[in-house]
Amino acid sequence: MSQVTGHKSTSHLIIKNLHATVEKKEILKGISLSIKSGEIHAIMGPNGSGKSTLCNVLMGHPKYEVTKGQVLLDKENILDIEADKRAQKGLFLSFQYPQEIPGISYANFLRTAKNALLIGQGKKPMSVMEFATFMKEKMKMLDTPEDFRTRSVNEGFSGGEKKRAEILQMAILEPLFGMLDETDSGLDIDALRTVARGAAKIAKENNMGILLITHYQRILKYIKPDFIHIMINGKIVKSGGHELVEKLEEKGYEQFQKLNPTS
Amino acid sequence: MSTTQQKKLIQDLDQYKYGFSVAEKNEFKSDKGHSRKVIEMISEMKNEPKWMLDFRLRAYEIFLKKFMPTWGNTDVLNAINFDDIHYYIRPSGKQVNDWNELPDEIKYTFDRLGVPESEKKFLAGTGAQFESEVMFHNLEKQLEKKGVIFVDTDTAVQKYPDLVKEYFATVVPPADNKLAALNSAFWSGGSFIYIPKGVKVELPLQAYFRINSKNAGQFERTLIIADEGSEVVYIEGCSAPTYTTDSLHSAVVEIIAKRGAKVQYTTVQNWSKNVYNLVTKRAKAMEEATVTWLDYNGGSKLTMKYPCIYLMGRGARGEVLSLAFAGNGQHQDTGGKIIHVAPDTTSTIISKSISKGTGRSSYRGLLKILPGAERVKSRVVCDALIINEESRSDTYPTMEIGEEDVAVAHEATVSRIGEGQLFYLMSRGLSENQAAGMIVNGFMAPIVKEFPMEYAVELKKLVELEMEGSVG
Repeated sequence: MSQVTGHKSTSHLIIKNLHATVEKKEILKGISLSIKSGEIHAIMGPNGSGKSTLCNVLMGHPKYEVTKGQVLLDKENILDIEADKRAQKGLFLSFQYPQEIPGISYANFLRTAKNALLIGQGKKPMSVMEFATFMKEKMKMLDTPEDFRTRSVNEGFSGGEKKRAEILQMAILEPLFGMLDETDSGLDIDALRTVARGAAKIAKENNMGILLITHYQRILKYIKPDFIHIMINGKIVKSGGHELVEKLEEKGYEQFQKLNPTS
Repeated sequence: MSTTQQKKLIQDLDQYKYGFSVAEKNEFKSDKGHSRKVIEMISEMKNEPKWMLDFRLRAYEIFLKKFMPTWGNTDVLNAINFDDIHYYIRPSGKQVNDWNELPDEIKYTFDRLGVPESEKKFLAGTGAQFESEVMFHNLEKQLEKKGVIFVDTDTAVQKYPDLVKEYFATVVPPADNKLAALNSAFWSGGSFIYIPKGVKVELPLQAYFRINSKNAGQFERTLIIADEGSEVVYIEGCSAPTYTTDSLHSAVVEIIAKRGAKVQYTTVQNWSKNVYNLVTKRAKAMEEATVTWLDYNGGSKLTMKYPCIYLMGRGARGEVLSLAFAGNGQHQDTGGKIIHVAPDTTSTIISKSISKGTGRSSYRGLLKILPGAERVKSRVVCDALIINEESRSDTYPTMEIGEEDVAVAHEATVSRIGEGQLFYLMSRGLSENQAAGMIVNGFMAPIVKEFPMEYAVELKKLVELEMEGSVG
């Protein structure tokens, strides 16, 4: 049934000189990045460098104000449209702190979301039966416990369960670009492995572009990035390959601080 | 009122899908206003025994003497013009048990409300009241054979006078409050149910109450007697056309659940926003009996209703599950009352309310434990969800605990739809309204799931409709 999977063509997400504020305070101070389908980019940086803000701004959180710059998804500026429309264009954010929606089962929530996306993309929505089969496949692929279907969205979930559920959502919603905001935080080593491997698998199968936010190296064992960016104080101060991780392991973030000192 | 507000109001009216009306064809319609004469006329047209007329007239004296409640929404209450209401409207035609034999207008109305369809699908018995009279009534033959009585209350007075005399007004006396006195004086229609010892009615019995004309008063009177060890689920639905003038619905419902009986009384209240809904509902649960009030209030201008259970016998259980949705201009003043008279009794009140736009919902509850009612267990939960800045919610819980050896829990929450929740759902592709609708549906879910499936689906749809254009 899941013929929808796999984005064959190459999409391009371009962030140009992005500035954003929250409550008048500038957090993003000129971010530029270019991500293509199939590429994995990791943004690393110390706490408070603006990594999570970047994800939220890209997804369209109303709390943040973009003061300058552009975000182009396949040449279309997405900064003027709301979060639901951005999702329909193919963006996905795996939240650091997923919200709870009491009284709504995961199956119900995800079917509503999937169909909202399909309808938004001008495609035919799935029937209850079609979706049940589709969801079952994805759950099997990610080795998700069966009771996720019927449990209320994130209510009473452990940290690990919440992150697993986020990745399940990504598998079902099949975005072009996935942002994983500290998907590794709060997970023990076993949970981290399950979640990270799952994410890597979906990314590969769907030829997704991935923006991975983390301040630890350990997740990079399972999701191998093509590009590493070091973010300090609202700016990307250094980009490169895996060698940057080794540098970090040796000397930490301090060596990069001087590249964009706090004013 | 600003133009945007007006536009909003028009939208709201359009969304109310029961707001249609049909041409009035009445056999009789009393002139506006209340009087002894109107009561005598009603009683005569119904060919009532003298004891019932006497009861009505006594109640009328009480109505005249009593003051309106000094609590609830007194502004709205005091705006009710009792002289601007028709107290008795008798449609043309006789009561039938075949939908096709109904007068066209009435048949059309109930068809459009889906009542015959529900009967076919999942009901064991159906009554349908139009204005003051029950025009359709039917009960499965096999239940009749088992001795189950399900008729309109007027028919019960004629056919089962002894049963009626024994129980009528024993749970809600006319002097209980002004509106109960009003009902006692002018009552017409409603359901009378008797379930014999040990009989378990598997499918629900349902009555639908429809007001059609302007400035109408509907005062149905329902009495349910569940004999020892019997079980029954009763459902009532109601609606009315949308008019610019007000109508008054004031019912009295009495339930007697004898030893070991189980009664569930379910209400799906969808009155139009020009109806005052002032209802007195009370049950007595004897030893080991269980009574549940499952109450949805989504319609009316003002509802004041607090289903009550007296736990009279050892081991009796009482449950009030109340769900209210107050949209623009509405006030749902609802809740529940539980009186623990006997020891080892248990009770639960769960109230969930949603206030949208200028809507206001109030939880008003009483938990009373009499001295000597030892080992009582009770839990009261009231949760309120507020949608917009101007929406309002209040909580008025009262507890009178006269016994020490009891376990009582009370929890209350007030919440708003969080920006974080909305963003989370929108980031998955849901529109803002879809997201808000989903959060509200999730909030209601624990009570909605108690309703029969057909109604649960209906309630979800109603709320999604209500939530369109409500945020942002």
